[in-house]
Amino acid sequence: MRPLTEEETRVMFEKIAKYIGENLQLLVDRPDGTYCFRLHNDRVYYVSEKILKLAANISGDKLVSLGTCFGKFTKTHKFRLHITALDYLAPYAKYKVWIKPGAEQSFLYGNHVLKSGLGRITENTCQYQGVVVYSMADVPLMHPPPRSRLPRESAETVER
Amino acid sequence: MGRKLDPTKKEKRGPGRKARKQKGAETELARFLPAAGDENSKRLSSRARKRAAKRRLGSAEALEMQKFPGAKPLPGKLPKGISGGAVQTPGRMGAQSLFHAAQGKKRPAPAHSSEEEGEEEDSEEDGVLSQGDLWGSEDSDTDMIDDYGADSDLEDEDEGEELLPIERAARKQKAQEAVAGGQWSEEETEEEEEEEKGSSESGPQKDDETDGGLQINVDEEEPFVLPPAGEMEQDAQAPDLQRIHKRIQDIVGVLRDFGTQREEGRSRSEYLYRLQKDLATYYSYGDFLLGKLMDLFPLSELVEFLEANEVPRPITLRTNTLKTRRRDLAQALINRGVNLDPLGKWSKTGLVVYDSSVPIGATPEYLAGHYMLQGASSMLPVMALAPQEHERILDMCCAPGGKTSYIAQLMKNTGVILANDANAERLKSVVGNLHRLGVTNTIISHYDGRQFPKVVGGFDRVLLDAPCSGTGVISKDPAVKTNKDEKDILRCAHLQKELLLSAIDSVNATSKTGGYLVYCTCSIMVEENEWVVDYALKKRNVRLVPTGLDFGQEGFTRFRERRFHPTLRSTRRFYPHTHNMDGFFIAKFKKFSNSLPQSQTGNSAASTPTNLDLPEVKGQVTPKPEGSSQPAKKARVAVKAKQQLEKRQHPKKASFQKQNGISKGTDSGLSPVSCDTKSQASSKVQDSRQPAREAEVIRRPKAAKKLKQKSATPLSSKKVAFRKQNGPKGTDTEVSVSKTQATLKPEDCDQSLQNAKGTEKVKQQLPEQPSRRAAFQKQNGTPKGLETSTMSSRGSSRPPAAKRRKSQSRGSSHPVLS
Repeated sequence: MRPLTEEETRVMFEKIAKYIGENLQLLVDRPDGTYCFRLHNDRVYYVSEKILKLAANISGDKLVSLGTCFGKFTKTHKFRLHITALDYLAPYAKYKVWIKPGAEQSFLYGNHVLKSGLGRITENTCQYQGVVVYSMADVPLMHPPPRSRLPRESAETVER
Repeated sequence: MGRKLDPTKKEKRGPGRKARKQKGAETELARFLPAAGDENSKRLSSRARKRAAKRRLGSAEALEMQKFPGAKPLPGKLPKGISGGAVQTPGRMGAQSLFHAAQGKKRPAPAHSSEEEGEEEDSEEDGVLSQGDLWGSEDSDTDMIDDYGADSDLEDEDEGEELLPIERAARKQKAQEAVAGGQWSEEETEEEEEEEKGSSESGPQKDDETDGGLQINVDEEEPFVLPPAGEMEQDAQAPDLQRIHKRIQDIVGVLRDFGTQREEGRSRSEYLYRLQKDLATYYSYGDFLLGKLMDLFPLSELVEFLEANEVPRPITLRTNTLKTRRRDLAQALINRGVNLDPLGKWSKTGLVVYDSSVPIGATPEYLAGHYMLQGASSMLPVMALAPQEHERILDMCCAPGGKTSYIAQLMKNTGVILANDANAERLKSVVGNLHRLGVTNTIISHYDGRQFPKVVGGFDRVLLDAPCSGTGVISKDPAVKTNKDEKDILRCAHLQKELLLSAIDSVNATSKTGGYLVYCTCSIMVEENEWVVDYALKKRNVRLVPTGLDFGQEGFTRFRERRFHPTLRSTRRFYPHTHNMDGFFIAKFKKFSNSLPQSQTGNSAASTPTNLDLPEVKGQVTPKPEGSSQPAKKARVAVKAKQQLEKRQHPKKASFQKQNGISKGTDSGLSPVSCDTKSQASSKVQDSRQPAREAEVIRRPKAAKKLKQKSATPLSSKKVAFRKQNGPKGTDTEVSVSKTQATLKPEDCDQSLQNAKGTEKVKQQLPEQPSRRAAFQKQNGTPKGLETSTMSSRGSSRPPAAKRRKSQSRGSSHPVLS
């Protein structure tokens, strides 16, 4: 586990800024403590400092995850955001798109949203702008990568 | 000719002529076949069902009035009905499973288990009664009821429930016996029994005649002849399940009233052996496991337990309160077509799912992390643990993450949770589940649980859901029936003991809000549950506290040849057949001292007689450290720690403690403590060895604090004196060993070792190490490590307090010397 390098930080912030713009600072300085990003096994984790202190005691090969995983760096050092980041980005999103209930299921299962499925949209959204998609009930939604199934495996982990 | 218009028999206008006719045919048939049979209930139309119900009620009353003038049928029927009902299910799985499914709605509330049992039994018994009544009475309401149909139904049922006609006949016969005082012979072979059954089958209306015949043959509890050994071999080759089932019931019946029912010349053990073999064959258990179960349960419960393991428990889920509320979630799921109910009044977040038209593990709510599929019994240990906000919690065996996420939601994502598991593949599910449920305060690690206090310790609470043999979740994994062996159980027990000791060592006893550990397994074996807990009580400074769960069976305090600590009554056991949740065992520990008990040979012998006194005293004492670790005088803390340490092992030392407490004077908190110790001390015998030992221990905490001040006190000389006293015990070697390990340990240990050496100079040379590390660990490797109570250091370094300590300790050490 290590802090991000300059380069990595830049790449990641650029990606995030596409969605939340300059609100990035709000992610770091939160009222309930300072949060920071840490890199571990190519994944970026967003943790508060309290957790970080305890996690420092755990050796790197035994550490699996901490806090929230925001995304990961690919082999070619591009940053991919994960669905787990959605909860943090959604409140600060600059441009939002609401889709109708009918289109919501289709979007969740990987299909594109047609214009007819669009409910509301923030004004002045430019073309190719990064947006956060919401359902009409203001629940942020995430689009899975195309041609993939939703993770049904995790659904069956019933605890003993 | 046209159809005659019959105004009296006007059929209700329905869908159409043909449909009416078809419906009519069904209803006609239903009149022939008794509607009380559960397998038929679904085929009947609503009208037919109502009619059948009316019939049943009517005939039940009629039958009761007719046949049982004096005797009480229902209560007399009940005991048979219960066993009969419970045992009957294997024979009539298809029927009864439906019945149970219908009952299932009542079942899931475990708090009402006893009531449900009663209900279930009553309804079963009603069902039995009604079946009996059917062919006994004439239907008043409906048209013809054919005797033939009733008989045939009886015969159908007889295949599965052989007891039924016998029971009925027996009831009648008993009633008659009560009047006439008939005798019955003890020479009853199985053939005769079958004959008698056959005779009872053929003529329900010929009851009077068969009663005469039955008088010879008795009721179903009559002496059952154990088949000779030769027959047993035959069974092994070609088991006839029906026969085995019947034999099981017979043997259970005989054993219930062994004195009168036994066959001459056959011992109880032969019956039991036969029963074990039959149960093993019938339910497909291995002999070892069945033997263990026979030790664990009385016979009636045993059969119920085995039955319950054949049926899966209801699916339950837990609302994720971080993201939603239970009523919103219930509403959303109902809208999707899920049939659910709240789990019971003991759970605020649980829901039980009866049936669902959508896969319950794939709804958008599930994917959004609004709930987690979790067994009801798995919610209990977290409720027992009761994590508070801003605490540090360790979950040692967390996969697949249900309990960890429950802890996180109870803490509202504050504090830190360290979720650990030794299995890397299952850790992936933990990561997935925690991320899905929106848990942000968790670190997930992949260690062997036994490494724990070394890696990081000082947790406020620890949850240990130990890997076990899984004998409580047989309904989920039937392979457990056969693949568990003696050595599997012992291996599990060994691992559990190691994990439990590590877990105890990872708890910080001086935590302000915590110091608790919950140990739970999904097993019902005593070797994995009570034995392990008892072992931990002997090896560490912990005691059992009530779990806070008001239902569940108490743990055993004795089992066969083993005797456990009486506080084991506060542990809880859950069974599938009584609570309708997976078999579980939960124990909650409170750690009252961070030091390791001095394990000496006389220890266990001395401590056992005092164990009874310990719980009460500990109960009063332990709240103190919690309070005192706060910005209070460290001396008080130290003394209390000492007291607890000693009380745990040598209550006889309490007298010295008392003196110390009194001498302190300033500590108001101590006075009640001293009173307790006084009461204890009065009952104890003074041991010459102990004063030295306790003096040693008293010395240490004081010395530890003193290190900060680097003050030369007369205490050091006293220490030297004590040192000599303790010499013969060989503590020096222990200390030296522990010292080598102390390098890894917090400074407190170092201090203690230094003190043990008794050299003041060494003390002074010790750097003023801030001994306020929250995460100090005990010397795991040294069972005999004489450590100071690190509580003193935990409290936080405050030089003024230290000065106070110094004076107090000086003062207190005097009485010890004298």
